Amino acid sequence: MLQDTPLAGLSRRNLLSLIGMTAGSAAMYHAMTTLGLARESGYKGPVKLEGDPKGASVLILGAGLAGMTAALELRQAGYNVQILEYNNRAGGRNWTIRGGDTVTELGGATQECEFDDGLYINPGPWRIPYHHNGLLAYCKRLGVRLEPFQQLNHNAFLHSSKAFGGKPQRVRDIKTDLQGHVSELLAKVTQKGQLEGDVTKEDQEMLLEALRSWGALDKDFAYKESLHTSEFRGFEKDPGGGLGAAPVPSKPIDLSDILSSGLWNSLANFALYEFQTTMFEPLGGIDMIGQAFVREVGDLITYNAKVTKIEQDDNGVTAYYEDTQNPGTMQQASADWCICTIPLTILSQIDINVGGPMQAAIEAVPYASSVKVGLQFKRRFWEEDDLIFGGVSYTDLPISQISYPSTDFNTAGKGILLGCYTWNGPNSYEFTSMAPEERVRKAVEYGAQIHPQYKDEFETGVSWAWHRSPFTLGCAGDWTDEMRKEHYDNLCQIDGRIVLAGEHASYIPAWMEGAILSSLDAITRLHQRVMAG
Amino acid sequence: MTRQFIRPFGLIAASALATALAPSGALADSAGITFSEGGKFTAQTGEALYASVCAACHMDKGQGAVGAGYYPALADNENLEAGGYPLYVMLHGLKGMPPVGQMMSDEQVAAVVNYVRTHFGNDYTDEVTAEDVASTR
Repeated sequence: MLQDTPLAGLSRRNLLSLIGMTAGSAAMYHAMTTLGLARESGYKGPVKLEGDPKGASVLILGAGLAGMTAALELRQAGYNVQILEYNNRAGGRNWTIRGGDTVTELGGATQECEFDDGLYINPGPWRIPYHHNGLLAYCKRLGVRLEPFQQLNHNAFLHSSKAFGGKPQRVRDIKTDLQGHVSELLAKVTQKGQLEGDVTKEDQEMLLEALRSWGALDKDFAYKESLHTSEFRGFEKDPGGGLGAAPVPSKPIDLSDILSSGLWNSLANFALYEFQTTMFEPLGGIDMIGQAFVREVGDLITYNAKVTKIEQDDNGVTAYYEDTQNPGTMQQASADWCICTIPLTILSQIDINVGGPMQAAIEAVPYASSVKVGLQFKRRFWEEDDLIFGGVSYTDLPISQISYPSTDFNTAGKGILLGCYTWNGPNSYEFTSMAPEERVRKAVEYGAQIHPQYKDEFETGVSWAWHRSPFTLGCAGDWTDEMRKEHYDNLCQIDGRIVLAGEHASYIPAWMEGAILSSLDAITRLHQRVMAG
Repeated sequence: MTRQFIRPFGLIAASALATALAPSGALADSAGITFSEGGKFTAQTGEALYASVCAACHMDKGQGAVGAGYYPALADNENLEAGGYPLYVMLHGLKGMPPVGQMMSDEQVAAVVNYVRTHFGNDYTDEVTAEDVASTR
């Protein structure tokens, strides 16, 4: 067996310079954060709203995570709080579709989810990075139980319909073999002295050793079929017990086959900071977070309230809204201040008297397209047949990816796959344009190219296209750097008595953490304004 | 002006992959919607592009939709009288609407604009051209 490399005797600083030398500055930075030297979270701990607001009132528009975070903290700080919510439930995009639920999208198409009891799909957010400290703090405080969310599974698939005869490849094989071949090439170049001038003689020795370790190279710096490389990429026949138990090594895939396949392109999905271990999900569905907030602030929420106009003057803010249960019935709610978390797609259509810069910002941000399809299968064949326990398979097919459940591992019975998850790009619009049941049909058809078991095991599915979502008209704020430069600060500034919050008012759009950090920043500034009198 | 699309959920494999591979024709389905390969729409005719892209929000007959906000109906829409307006909106977006024309060629944008301006109760027969599109990008 391979031994862990001993680190004893190295100071932390020496270790850092060693990592920096051999693996580049990105690895150095990552190592620094690992050892607690760098990076400060955007979350600064529980928000402190000190001082008596003397009965000041706040009207919050939208009972998603941003709105409910604001409500929870402001009430605790002594404000009179009221929330208006368009849906007949709270949570917004923090939402789970379960068996028995009925969902209706823009255009009127209605689906009844026929999943079995206890099975569900999260149509919006579904995973939490370990460094989303604000969200994690509220989960802890409100008693939301978390479990690990598998992002990287070495045994999941990378699939291209145009490579390897359409046969899916294991993440492990592509990753290990690419790393091995590249290490071998770089070792050759180094040995030929072709790095002279870029790398000192002393460092070249270190580099060669690093490549041998990182790339699973042999004593001659070659990457080839052996028991050693199989320790990384798996065996043709795993080592066992008793007679005939000797392992048989597996054969690496040729470098040219990997390069031409394009499958290397998906490996970045496992390397990104946002997707690094450990990720989390709430037990029982992402909406456990929203429901935990509802337990705190549910009494403040007026549901079925469609805001049509927001008006402020020197004395306060009034929102006019229609009770959607009684169409045509207009009502109004007033307060000293307003925190508006309505998505910009909708807010840009509402009559609101804010200044020119904020109005321009409200109108500047397009919303991303995204579609998810959840599929119920009679058995967990991905575990039973393919040994895939959680994680994500990526494909060049329109479904883009298949995600396996990170819960109830190794149990008998049914399971749900995320059978399609698009994000922008033509396929996302094309899926959106389809009827919901057609999306499900296509997700099954394409998924069967990766898992032929789909054909026998599929039972029922449900889909959600965010551009057809009545309460958002899109998935999330799709900022560019140019847009941010021009509009971001104007969007986040307090305008008179109104301040905006939500994932769209953050640098991490579409993440729940963005909604929470934005909300905490907005209420902190609003409170300062109130205290300043 | 070209807006760059940012992907807050990292790199989605499909689109980037396809840039490295030669597209080999689209996959049609029974609903008349064509799945594209890569970062550009594959459908070419105005009708097919409408069904694959515009219908996502403006619905199959241009009727639009209403929820907490609304998608304007393109049917019987007088804003389509000047062809330059829908052309500009497709290339640059409008409020929450993404600039979907950036995922189309000049010819495709012209085709779908001309389609919408002559269907769903609209009868504006002066056509916009690919050159018009190029000069508006």
